[in-house]
Amino acid sequence: MRSPLQATTIHAATRRELLRGSGVLFAWAFVPRLARAEGRDPRFLTIVLRGGLDGLAAVAPVGDPDWVTLRGNYALTLDGPKPGLPLDGFFALNPAMPNVHRLYQEGHATIVHAAATPYRERSHFDGQDMLESGLPKLGAVDSGWLNRALAGLAPSPDAIASHRKAFAVGPITPLVVRGAAPVLSWVPPRLQPVSDETTLRVLDLYRHTDPTFAQGLEEGLGAAIIAKAGGVTEARPDVPDIPGAGGIEQVRAYFAEAAGAAAKFLAAPEGPRVGALAFDGWDTHVQEGAVTGRLADLLGALDGAIGAIKTNMGDAWNETVVTLVTEFGRTARVNGNQGTDHGTGTVALLLGGALKGGRVIADWPGVKETDLYEKRDLKATTDLRAVLKGLLRDHLRADERALAADVFPGSDAVAPMTGLLA
Amino acid sequence: MTLDPRNAALALHRFGFGPKLGSTSGSIAAIASDPQGALLAELEVPKAGQIVNPNLATSGAAQRTGFEFAYARQAQMVLERRRREAAQAENPGAGNAMEDKPAEAAAQANAMTPPRRNFLDEAGARINAAHNADIGFVERLVWFWSNHFCVAGTYMAGAYEREAIRPHVLGRFADMLQAAEGHPAMLDYLDNAQSIGPSSDEGIVRNRGLNENLAREILELHTLGVRTVYTQADVTNFAKVITGWTMLPTRDNPEHGGEFVFNPRMHEPGEQTLIGKTYAGGGVQQGRSVLADLARHPATAKHIATKLARHFIADEPPPALIERLTFRFFETEGDLKEVAKALVTAPEAWAAERAKIKRPSEWVVATRRAAGRKNINTQGMVGQQRLLGEWLWQPSAPTGYSDDNAAWLSGLKLRLQSANTFAQAVAGDVEPRELVDATLGPLATAETRQAVARAESKAQALTLLIMAPEFQRR
Repeated sequence: MRSPLQATTIHAATRRELLRGSGVLFAWAFVPRLARAEGRDPRFLTIVLRGGLDGLAAVAPVGDPDWVTLRGNYALTLDGPKPGLPLDGFFALNPAMPNVHRLYQEGHATIVHAAATPYRERSHFDGQDMLESGLPKLGAVDSGWLNRALAGLAPSPDAIASHRKAFAVGPITPLVVRGAAPVLSWVPPRLQPVSDETTLRVLDLYRHTDPTFAQGLEEGLGAAIIAKAGGVTEARPDVPDIPGAGGIEQVRAYFAEAAGAAAKFLAAPEGPRVGALAFDGWDTHVQEGAVTGRLADLLGALDGAIGAIKTNMGDAWNETVVTLVTEFGRTARVNGNQGTDHGTGTVALLLGGALKGGRVIADWPGVKETDLYEKRDLKATTDLRAVLKGLLRDHLRADERALAADVFPGSDAVAPMTGLLA
Repeated sequence: MTLDPRNAALALHRFGFGPKLGSTSGSIAAIASDPQGALLAELEVPKAGQIVNPNLATSGAAQRTGFEFAYARQAQMVLERRRREAAQAENPGAGNAMEDKPAEAAAQANAMTPPRRNFLDEAGARINAAHNADIGFVERLVWFWSNHFCVAGTYMAGAYEREAIRPHVLGRFADMLQAAEGHPAMLDYLDNAQSIGPSSDEGIVRNRGLNENLAREILELHTLGVRTVYTQADVTNFAKVITGWTMLPTRDNPEHGGEFVFNPRMHEPGEQTLIGKTYAGGGVQQGRSVLADLARHPATAKHIATKLARHFIADEPPPALIERLTFRFFETEGDLKEVAKALVTAPEAWAAERAKIKRPSEWVVATRRAAGRKNINTQGMVGQQRLLGEWLWQPSAPTGYSDDNAAWLSGLKLRLQSANTFAQAVAGDVEPRELVDATLGPLATAETRQAVARAESKAQALTLLIMAPEFQRR
């Protein structure tokens, strides 16, 4: 698929130049009226992490006395050969994320932990629908909270056109940014490569139902003969036991390209201001790893993407908020396949120069068995909607009543979190 | 009326292009009351298998377009070379603009030239026929016969399929045979257009001779089958019989180049004997007589029956099924509609386990139907099937694309990558929880159901579905 915008930089250009150069009809600079009146030009990017990010592995509660007991060898700690990156004395960041760590130290990253939507079941489809729709319960959905927020903002008088478009990267427009406000979308030239997750699942399905196919696929993947779930028996030492070994480079490239492109669009003086994209692969039921391994590889790719966003935003970084959200967390304990299953409380990562960052916000529930939700998951003590409402209100100047009525219907009782922005 | 959703699903996957999500007629539910009857009904639709589209070029026109384009480009290259040489002569040692070459070549490869336009139009007509069909049984038969009588390396491939194969898909094998072997695309592909009888006038004057390629493949691949009743002498004599079957050269004939012509000057005079029968000398009719006899030969009946059974049912088809089809072919003198009926009414055809894997061309169409796509990107689909090893109308040998499973199993990794790409593009419109029931129904294993239900995203759900063995198999 060819992208409509081939240039690697979008230099400041007149509207006509942009039109001619790219052949794409842009949504014109849509700057919310109230923000503009303050002399600001805020950008807001939401990244949906599909699959359920293991918040405890990304940001570990190293100061919790029960942490190491809970996760044993998989517990990120401040010592050992690959120590976690210290945050605030209680929490540490997975060492796969040096960019996020640096931003944290610069005051441009905030982590909200033990957060979740109201969803308490364990289906990805339903969880993502609820995460992106902003609705308080399941039902028919055709729009997302970000689109509704955008539709509700009044444009500034000097907005160049009356179009108010949301922006989406990727071949599938994420639900979060679908709705009444029209969407401008950009498809990267390379799509997200087959994730290890997907490959493993296909292989697993074949091994259980069709040995001929399993063999055909294994041969195609060049994987060593791998034992059934429970342990690797004959992995060749030079080839990791992950099918599609080497695929992480493609994933890194895809993440960086998609996120970097989103940033370029948002940074452009006459580009959109609000956008979303999604990354798959976070459903780490099998061989998740901890400071190394499959999840760490993904976190590293995400970290690279965040670096690309900061670079491409340029000066606009100071006006930017990026939120990384996921449908639910994962089980507090590791399962029988060295992975984790679906959970509840997890992290939301907030990044951007507009933040009053350098903090981990958490009403920490603890990880003793009695503290866990249904004795298995990190409890959620913060409603994710509070975070999102706070950002929309204070960064985009969305109206608080509209937030409770339209953007997150039924959330009157959920107060917007204050003090997130600088 | 008892419903039989399992056989309905089987009918769609084994004899058609798979269920269509959101369709009232191409779905498991639609035919569950009588799957076999639904297949038979498709055979009775008037003009089944035909593509009537005045915008598609005739084979002659396609040939001329292709030739003219290539020739014009050659002239351009000559001019360009002369220009460069002249520039060099005036300014020796100066750099020349050779740096443009790679970019130019890349641009050319992707350019929409007239022959490429023809190809995509034809491909689009074919793929849409499969996509829009209810079950798609007749279209599957067209694709089977097109592969049986395959051609390659010709501008005329799409037109050939429409002109020689489609009109006879539910007609008589003898008629399809005559049409295919007499078509310029086939004569060109298997070199018969240049085959000259050694004792013909052309043969004598130009000291040229036979090319046995087409004669051999007719006997070995298209009719009797390999190592059956013919000998090398038969091949040679048959080659003589069909000398003169050629096409008007495109270069010298801007209005009719590429069309069939029988050239008596190239034809080997006299009677020829093959497989124990002597054919009197006499122009084009000599070849037509041989073909008519080949169509009637019992070995042909057995050969065709075996190929049909191998394509639809199993690499090693049940002998009872082969017998059944052989007899039906023979006793109806190659009535292909009757043979098709015999196939879908044979108990063996329904009882056989799902051992065959869909070829890339079939699987690619099935995925679009499974995802309920209304508009399809035929260029993308053509590219995808090529990537998966089945370049449309470009098989690497006259045997056509293999029907053995082993040939396609090693392509599963590529199928996975392309499934992932497709799923990412379209999954936004799909409701994963509907997919398994609509697409597989009772054929789905519990493991597949679970895998789809537990997918971490819609895209992954769709990928898992179209990669599932029950979806990949016929």
